[in-house]
Amino acid sequence: MSRTLTIEPVTRIEGHARITLQLGDGGEVEDAKFHLTQFRGFEKFCEGRPYREMPALTARTCGICPVSHLLASNKACDHLLSVSIPPTGEKLRRIMNLAQLVQSHALSFFHLSSPDLLLGWDADPASRNIFGVMRQEPALAKDGIRLRQIGQTIIEMLGGKKIHPTWVVPGGVNEPLSQEKRDAMLKLLPEGLEIAKRTYAFFKTLVPKFLDEANHFGNQPTMFLSLVTPKGDLEHYDGLFRLKDAQGRILEDMVPPEDYERLIGEAVEDFSYMKFPYYKPHGYPQGIYRVGPLARLNNANTCGTPYADVALAEFHMLQESGPIASSFHYHYARLVEIIFGLEMMERLLKDPAILDSRVRARARSNRSEGIGVSEAPRGTLLHHYRIDDDGLITWVNLVIATGHNNLAMNQAIRQVADAYVDGNDLREGMLNRVEAVIRCFDPCLSCASHAVGQMPLRIELLDPAGRLIDTLNRD
Amino acid sequence: MPRPANQPNVRVVTLKIDDLDLSAREDETIIEVCRENKIPIPSLCYLDGLSTWGACRLCVVELEGQNRLTAACSTRVAEGMQIHTNTERLQRYRRTIIELLFAERSHICSVCVSNGHCELQSLAQRCGVDHVRVPYRQAAYPVDSSHEMFRLDHNRCVLCTRCVRVCDEIEGAHTWDVMGRGSDCRVITDLALPWGESETCTGCGKCVQVCPTGALVKQGTSVGEMVKDQHFLPILARRRHAR
Repeated sequence: MSRTLTIEPVTRIEGHARITLQLGDGGEVEDAKFHLTQFRGFEKFCEGRPYREMPALTARTCGICPVSHLLASNKACDHLLSVSIPPTGEKLRRIMNLAQLVQSHALSFFHLSSPDLLLGWDADPASRNIFGVMRQEPALAKDGIRLRQIGQTIIEMLGGKKIHPTWVVPGGVNEPLSQEKRDAMLKLLPEGLEIAKRTYAFFKTLVPKFLDEANHFGNQPTMFLSLVTPKGDLEHYDGLFRLKDAQGRILEDMVPPEDYERLIGEAVEDFSYMKFPYYKPHGYPQGIYRVGPLARLNNANTCGTPYADVALAEFHMLQESGPIASSFHYHYARLVEIIFGLEMMERLLKDPAILDSRVRARARSNRSEGIGVSEAPRGTLLHHYRIDDDGLITWVNLVIATGHNNLAMNQAIRQVADAYVDGNDLREGMLNRVEAVIRCFDPCLSCASHAVGQMPLRIELLDPAGRLIDTLNRD
Repeated sequence: MPRPANQPNVRVVTLKIDDLDLSAREDETIIEVCRENKIPIPSLCYLDGLSTWGACRLCVVELEGQNRLTAACSTRVAEGMQIHTNTERLQRYRRTIIELLFAERSHICSVCVSNGHCELQSLAQRCGVDHVRVPYRQAAYPVDSSHEMFRLDHNRCVLCTRCVRVCDEIEGAHTWDVMGRGSDCRVITDLALPWGESETCTGCGKCVQVCPTGALVKQGTSVGEMVKDQHFLPILARRRHAR
């Protein structure tokens, strides 16, 4: 008799989601689906608003990565203005983006995923959270909180507040950096880098213990999409598209962001409010690809900073050849990127030009369509606007980082469910592994909530007629 | 409203405001006396330099011996008057008025170019409005961005008519006026032409500077960047009246 398992809500992720597992007569998994259960409608309600409001409006999609939306939106507005922003303005934007990368990755690794890695998949859900980590590994928990604080503090120093700063504006930023703030930020970075290196070294010792998870947590052949610099190196703010296939062959390279519609199509399924982007030339759903830290490191030739390049070389050794396929290694890639972010911020801040007062280009709208792309912590983020002659928005398309991974996440939960879930002997730890593979992707489903293990999890076993057979509750 | 420079002799009256014994000219309004004596009274449609409109009702005060509330902007002082400006009843009414203003149109402060520099926002903070108890109307009003230098967002308009009065009384253009009734009421330029097509607008920007919210703003401003300067108004008004 077939049954459906529902995991709702999925905990320790950003936003609200549900997972359903369809079990066959023998208790084996027949199908697995990841559902985004919220509808928010940003693309529609932004219509009619002045384009200069878009950075602040679209930043409200998220409270964790508002800086990503702020940047992608402002880049789309820069495109509408048809200006190239002053070099110092661009560098300052880059620093804010990297600070966010550090704080967001720290949140994902330490607060949301480390409880699984340190306390075990089958640990008591009541203590399998950041507070449990604090009790068992206080030094690591403290490091995580401090690292996130460093990222958030830099965002606040630049933009005036940690969440939803409005300092980035179309044409650049609205205030130059003062020497005092620059010096204060430079003082924070060495401590952050020490924490990042320490955590990275510790995580390397954990990796061999999770070989089984690495083999089954979304260990799938997909393409990888990210921005790279014109030299093919790691890039988070600007750059050009690169798409590699599962074997590491470059399928698309140096594609300007304005051509994204040639690469990316968006499919819709009736079981989720999240769209399903795919690589157009391969069609849907064969055009499956992943974005985010794993994709960025798989695609980049080098990072361009000393310690991150060493870590990148070690990252490539996780697998004998080709791009790293296991989604479990998103965690690894995240730690490498934290190191890169801290090293790169230091380099940018030490550039004397960072104090230049020319930080904003002023213009009015000079074209009717603008596209802005940047790398959010979770992957490539794309804002595309059309405006009328008066500068009011007539059409919006947002391709959100997490959306790119939608097909891959659905595949990954199927793989994990196949490997770990036994419908005849259902245990909480099995389902936690299904959730954990989603956490590898660090999806940002909305700005809504951080459950930190406190949201109730209810799994229901239903017979084909929808009758409740069994339940498993996590309070 | 500024008085002509050469006025006939006026009497001085004594009165009590919030237990303070004060004296004032008999041709002054309660709100003018309060402002002179640093007694805070919230107001939105009232602005020193413009004629009195008395529409927002935020400046209502209690007069002893009268149960009816009185608008401080449109009531002259009188001998022996005893006025209360900040009773619990007044605070409750003012909070409700502000909540109704927020509920009527879409004043989403966080994405407004006037965020941090908005009179409605600071009034709400001063009056302790921490949430809105009436349902939001959620009605979408148009944005007129046709003017080269300025923009009108009806969603953020509180219909204080400062723009109408400053354009008529100070600039002398009378580009602005009011059209419609009830929830359809809105400010218009030149018989409801798009602002950019107005033949009477001089582009002086006084309406933008006196607008208390983000309804009238400069083009090219981003969130929180629209800082308004109203210092010019009493100076210009007195010069106009001195002639």
